[in-house]
Amino acid sequence: MTTYIIRRLLLVPFLLFGVSVLIFMMLQFLSPVERVALYTRDVPKNDNMIPGLIKRYCLDCPIHVQYWNWLVGTHDPISGERKGGILFGDFGWSKTTSQPVVKLIERRFPNTLDLTLWAVGPVILVGIWMGVQAAVHHNGLIDQAARIFSIVGTSFPTFVFGLLVLMIFYANLQWFPPGRLTDIYTRVVAQPSFHHYTSLLTIDALLNGRFDVFLDALRHMFLPILTLSYISWATFLRVTRGSMLETLRQEYVTTARAKGLPERDVIYKHARPNAMLPVVTLAGLTVVGLMGGVIITETVFDYPGIGAAAAQASVQLDVITVLGFAMFNGLILIVANLVVDVLYAFVDPRVRLS
Amino acid sequence: MTVIQTPTGDNELLGQAVATRKISRLERFLGPDNYRVMQGLLKTPASVIGSLLILFFIIVALAAPVLAPPLNPNDPYKIPRDGFKAQPKAPGEEWKVRPPKVPFWYKAITGNDKWVHLFGTSQGQYDIYYGVIWGTRTAFKTGLIVVFSTVLLGVLVGAVSAYYGGLVDNILMRIVDVLYVLPGLMATLILAAVLTPVIGRSLLPAMISLIAFGWLGYARIIRGDILSVKERDYVMAARVIGVQDSRILMRHIIPNAIFPTLVLASLGIGDVVLSFAALSFLGIGAEVGYADWGQVLSFARNWIISLNTYWYIIVFPGITLVLFVLSWNLVGDALRDVLDPRLRGKI
Repeated sequence: MTTYIIRRLLLVPFLLFGVSVLIFMMLQFLSPVERVALYTRDVPKNDNMIPGLIKRYCLDCPIHVQYWNWLVGTHDPISGERKGGILFGDFGWSKTTSQPVVKLIERRFPNTLDLTLWAVGPVILVGIWMGVQAAVHHNGLIDQAARIFSIVGTSFPTFVFGLLVLMIFYANLQWFPPGRLTDIYTRVVAQPSFHHYTSLLTIDALLNGRFDVFLDALRHMFLPILTLSYISWATFLRVTRGSMLETLRQEYVTTARAKGLPERDVIYKHARPNAMLPVVTLAGLTVVGLMGGVIITETVFDYPGIGAAAAQASVQLDVITVLGFAMFNGLILIVANLVVDVLYAFVDPRVRLS
Repeated sequence: MTVIQTPTGDNELLGQAVATRKISRLERFLGPDNYRVMQGLLKTPASVIGSLLILFFIIVALAAPVLAPPLNPNDPYKIPRDGFKAQPKAPGEEWKVRPPKVPFWYKAITGNDKWVHLFGTSQGQYDIYYGVIWGTRTAFKTGLIVVFSTVLLGVLVGAVSAYYGGLVDNILMRIVDVLYVLPGLMATLILAAVLTPVIGRSLLPAMISLIAFGWLGYARIIRGDILSVKERDYVMAARVIGVQDSRILMRHIIPNAIFPTLVLASLGIGDVVLSFAALSFLGIGAEVGYADWGQVLSFARNWIISLNTYWYIIVFPGITLVLFVLSWNLVGDALRDVLDPRLRGKI
């Protein structure tokens, strides 16, 4: 167990290094002038300034020097303050939104986290429930229906599904609008009397005792959650069903049946817990994926999370911002995957003991 | 006294014990394994529907110039516009500004010799029907190129990695690990955004990035497949008689290791087209007005409040895209069942 965790931990610095090199390589597609934005918000105003800026931030230095500067930043020769340096959390200046990339991430990430918090339950629990039902009724009517549902689910592009539910529930029925909050509540939230304890909007609304804000936020999150659930259910269904079928064929399940246990206990107490092992990994990956920002869903529903921000920046070809998001995303994913793997080792005795 | 029976030479008893089966000419030609796969596919209704749908899309793609005659035959992927007004037009409205040539089948069916917008127009008066028809060609084009390149790259890296093992394997697989960190769509989006200013707006940046991050999975699977084939006796025999490494790899190992992976991979076209459409829906991809499903759908983004009136700007291209992806998934799903050794003999 300890060796497993240590080995897994050793992978983290390697992956961080690899991803940073990958992103740094992509940055090299930019001209040196464009890369000035990594260090400072001063955009060169005329052509005479360009050589000076390039020299100051060493943008034509050998590649390893540039990589080092990108990691730890450089010091301004006049004021002596540090400029840039992703290790200090400075991802550069976002041209299209006129703010440091980190500020943009700070503002958008809580929204994504809020959505993740509410989406996790329906996505995982319902998906698992459907998978178990399909496996228990193997080859029966429910199984066939589940199978069709899962194939259609994997074939339905997120944005087509999103646009269709918007057409039905927003344009036609006016039930669930896109966006984050209705205008009146946006003003309520902006007031100084509304305290931002956690910066997660729904939790803050509850802590402030504003149930109207809370409900409005949920109303706006309903369609994104529905879309996320629909596309993830197909995968959960497939994995849970497969794993459950495998488990039901094991000898200890036959033993349990032979002992005369009621079928309910055999399925839910003996088979299901063991069938959940592969599902745990999938669930972990899903949560991590949600936290990294769901690009399409957030874009379709105009939800101000980091996925939508990354998409917007890519479309406007603001490469510095996009790669800042990529670095942040890589960081979250590497750490979260580590957590998932270690947790998995605790859950699965086969990993724990080997 | 026992009577010793001499063998008579007739196998009646054997024939009773073992059911004999006629082997058709087709089965003899395809070999038992391929025949079983084919039978499995023909017996599943889902895969039959999927194959028919694929056939339908192929016909549409081939017949595109007849189904939707282009305004300028040298640049058929440009969706013709009926003026420049923002407001979409409903299906069935007459084409007023510079309509393309009316095809012969249209007159025969409708008796009308004025070309109408069969699926309506989107924002900027782009004809949706035209976009859907020629978008089928774009889908096949991008899908085939991307799938072919990803599989080739994946097979190459996986094969080299598995065959040489040791340091080579370690380096290649660590590269795969690093590239795997970023989730698929995020990675392709980023690379496409980086490449677009360098290459210019076309289908290329999106395709290159789909290839760049698409081969990882195949490389891992093929590596596993080859590792198991590598230990077989015939590979050892080839090595003993001094066959070159590259020849062993190409002639002995790869053909025996990758057939199932290849077949499944080729059905990945659906997923590729889906990701590609997602990218162009976001605005990364060809220039505005290129016949491409994702792009046609992206026009709907500015009309979300009034989608109840302008339903046709998402329903027609949306359903086309769903059916295209679904057709490949239906066949792929059936094939996965047939090829799965654990399920062998149960279908």
